[in-house]
Amino acid sequence: MAFANPNITAFAVEATEYPDLARRYQVSGVPKTVVNDTIEILGALPQDAFVQQALAGLSQAASHEDTETQV
Amino acid sequence: MALLSPADQEKLRDSFKEMTANVRLLFFTQTVGCETCLQTRQILDELPPLSGRISVEEVNLVLEKDKAAQYGIDRVPAIALLSQDGEGQGHDSRIRFLGTPAGYEFISLVHAIMLVGGRASILTEGNRQRIASVDKPVTMQVFTTPT
Repeated sequence: MAFANPNITAFAVEATEYPDLARRYQVSGVPKTVVNDTIEILGALPQDAFVQQALAGLSQAASHEDTETQV
Repeated sequence: MALLSPADQEKLRDSFKEMTANVRLLFFTQTVGCETCLQTRQILDELPPLSGRISVEEVNLVLEKDKAAQYGIDRVPAIALLSQDGEGQGHDSRIRFLGTPAGYEFISLVHAIMLVGGRASILTEGNRQRIASVDKPVTMQVFTTPT
């Protein structure tokens, strides 16, 4: 996805070497994808579902960022 | 001692032939306080002998702070993938690996190298367009474990 859009940066994070990051994002299983610190996608999804969740979460985060705090 | 078996080396050598662009791996490291940097270095050193299109450049996190900041790297080991044009100029792919690329992560790294090196994306045209329409900065972090 990063390769398809210059606005996107992608990190593959090795959770056991970065326990602080894993804790911050409450990683209890892998793969776990975190988009913009707020959207979480658990497990490996088919491409259509993954892209949909990542992008749907994005517009949701953008429209609620002023009024809502994500838990 | 080589980490990859001769058979795996041969398979990779064959896969890398698909590449049409040069790829540079920026390897962020530091000399002290990094237990897994040596292992990462050993893994990365296996790649350039398998393809003339792959090179590794070591970046010291402490001594080259500006470069680390440019790529948003604040810890080691970390890898940033760059594509290189005909003049050898690097272009950031914005694909990063934090931690040792061992196990499945090594496979992911190989796939990322191939993508940056010109292999066709696996994205469907519809998804490619959906992704292309994102107009603000997005950071994606995919957490994995070395199994």
